[in-house]
Amino acid sequence: MNWLETFRTGWDAIRSHRLRSGLTMLGILIGIAAVVLTVGLGLGSQQEVGARISSLGSNLLIVSPGSSTTTGGLRGGFGSASTLTISDANALASPVAAPDIKAVAPIKNSSLSLTAGSSNWTTTVVGTSPSWLDVRARTLAAGRFLTDQDDAAVAAVTVLGSETATELFGSTDVVGRTVTINGIEFTVVGVLTPAGSDASANLDDQALVPLSTSANRLVGGSGRNAVSTIYLEAQSADALSAAYQEAQALLLNLHQSTSVAAADFTISSQQSLLATATSVSKTLTIMLTGIAALSLLVGGIGVMNIMLVSVTERTREIGLRKALGAPPTAIRRQFLVEAVVLGFAGGLLGAALGIAGAKILPGLLDTTILISPTAVVGSIAIAIGIGIVFGVYPATRAARMAPIDALRSE
Amino acid sequence: MPDILTWGPQPPAPEPAADPAGRHSAAGTDTAASAVQVLDAAGPATGPAPVIELHDVTKVYATGSLEVRALQGVSLRIDRGEYVAIMGPSGSGKSTLMHIIGCLDVPTAGRYLLAGEDVGEMDEVELAEVRNRQIGFVFQQFNLLPSLNAWRNVELPLTYAGVKRDERKRRAIEALDRVGLADRVGHRPGELSGGQQQRVAVARALVSDPALILADEPTGNLDSVATEDALALFDELHAQGRTIVLITHEIDVAERARRIVRVRDGWIQSDGSSVDQAGGQT
Repeated sequence: MNWLETFRTGWDAIRSHRLRSGLTMLGILIGIAAVVLTVGLGLGSQQEVGARISSLGSNLLIVSPGSSTTTGGLRGGFGSASTLTISDANALASPVAAPDIKAVAPIKNSSLSLTAGSSNWTTTVVGTSPSWLDVRARTLAAGRFLTDQDDAAVAAVTVLGSETATELFGSTDVVGRTVTINGIEFTVVGVLTPAGSDASANLDDQALVPLSTSANRLVGGSGRNAVSTIYLEAQSADALSAAYQEAQALLLNLHQSTSVAAADFTISSQQSLLATATSVSKTLTIMLTGIAALSLLVGGIGVMNIMLVSVTERTREIGLRKALGAPPTAIRRQFLVEAVVLGFAGGLLGAALGIAGAKILPGLLDTTILISPTAVVGSIAIAIGIGIVFGVYPATRAARMAPIDALRSE
Repeated sequence: MPDILTWGPQPPAPEPAADPAGRHSAAGTDTAASAVQVLDAAGPATGPAPVIELHDVTKVYATGSLEVRALQGVSLRIDRGEYVAIMGPSGSGKSTLMHIIGCLDVPTAGRYLLAGEDVGEMDEVELAEVRNRQIGFVFQQFNLLPSLNAWRNVELPLTYAGVKRDERKRRAIEALDRVGLADRVGHRPGELSGGQQQRVAVARALVSDPALILADEPTGNLDSVATEDALALFDELHAQGRTIVLITHEIDVAERARRIVRVRDGWIQSDGSSVDQAGGQT
């Protein structure tokens, strides 16, 4: 009896017990659908986090103050300056000392109140260089960006995020208008295109001013030369690691640190941020998938249970088939195929349900669910595997029955 | 196995046998073995190999500490084309004999040649193959699979013989035609009468063209009309030259056979032409 015949026999048996087969499949179906959905959910959130980190800009390195080996971050008491300075940024911008660094954008953040007419809005005022736009991969909706001339002139000009503009003026058509920061009147020269939020901040709510203006006219004092972060853009993705090395060597030298462990700054790349962020969602995905896999195990036990019932119920049939010349292998195969067909059908329907869920749920829950072909194919394979694993024992039991005992049973 | 063979002479049966000549007692390994050799040597000389040759077959069931001797040394020869009824009350060992003849069970001791093949030494797989090739079973409860229609039931033995689907169908329909059910090939067992179901079962027994048709109480579940119908079918098959062994406890049914073998307490009590036996009994 070949495999095709065996398959046909198994399919006949499944069809003749529709309700029972359906309920058995349901166990597998739910398990597989759960696996496909949880894996999809995990992948979706990973992709979301990844997209947000990528939105920081391409080939980006981020230099932040504080050591990666101390938990305290900034050393020193309240009000002490950041360990990164404008001169660090200038040194990094040197094409001789750091040829693999394409652009440098130091950031000097301060939270200040902005006033326009009767509107008042507190936001992050970012002092930065003209290369910020390129480094952060942003674009302008209107007007122009900050220029080197602005910086040299310590000009009172600002580029607003779209949300900041709307909060202050009720529209984004604000180029040429005036906003007061710290009692100084700034002219709005440009408005940024909306970009949403990244992992930590609202990218559309900020006011950008020249670094020199921020240092000298807004902050002043001892902190004037400190910057909060320096963004570096490498020449290319391949140059990223070279850029990292150059920046590290340069800053270690400038800060007179002897080793990376003792350094008072940290350089992180998008990749390292991504790795941290995704490792969290990965752990979560693994846990959820584990629970889903548990439901698959329960489904598998259901298959075994039904197959054992089926073997007991069809003892006479087994006896008859044996009397008519079925060798033990044919009987074993028949019941094994039946279990595998149950598993496969359950897996197929479960994958279909999972995919349907992945299409419908994001609309209801505001989450991203990615259908992973690997998870779909893999879970169907697992369903078949479950059929085999949990079908072997009942099938072997059927194959071992003595034909006379089997025929005699009522 | 050997330790059972060396039992030595059998003790006399508890009940005095009516016909001592019908009893084939075992007389030790040597004698039994030589008897087999003599029979083997005589076989080809006297004509075609017999379908069934049992030599001093015993069957002992061990259930816990209790030993049940279902067969205590049975020798039997059935030639090609014979129509034999095996009779006996329940507990006589006739079912055990049927199981051994049908290769559903193996003897504890003794030799069994089915169409010249020694069945005693075969394993489970070989026995399945022999059943498939040499024996067509007809059971009391018909044993048709309810989910399959008539021709799918009939083709079952052929699927295990590895016959191709087209040929299986052709031969199944041919077999159904032979038992007069050409117009019922697509019906399921539930849509057929008891007599028709038994005829489907007979068609299934015929389809692989076996050396032996072994019918176990084939009329036990049939009314008198269907019984007559089934027996007429067996007569017809016999007339076509088929070898038929019919196990029954009904004398009316047994009398249709040409030869009656009576089994009692694990022994063959009598063996002879049905005309003589019927006369002797009444």
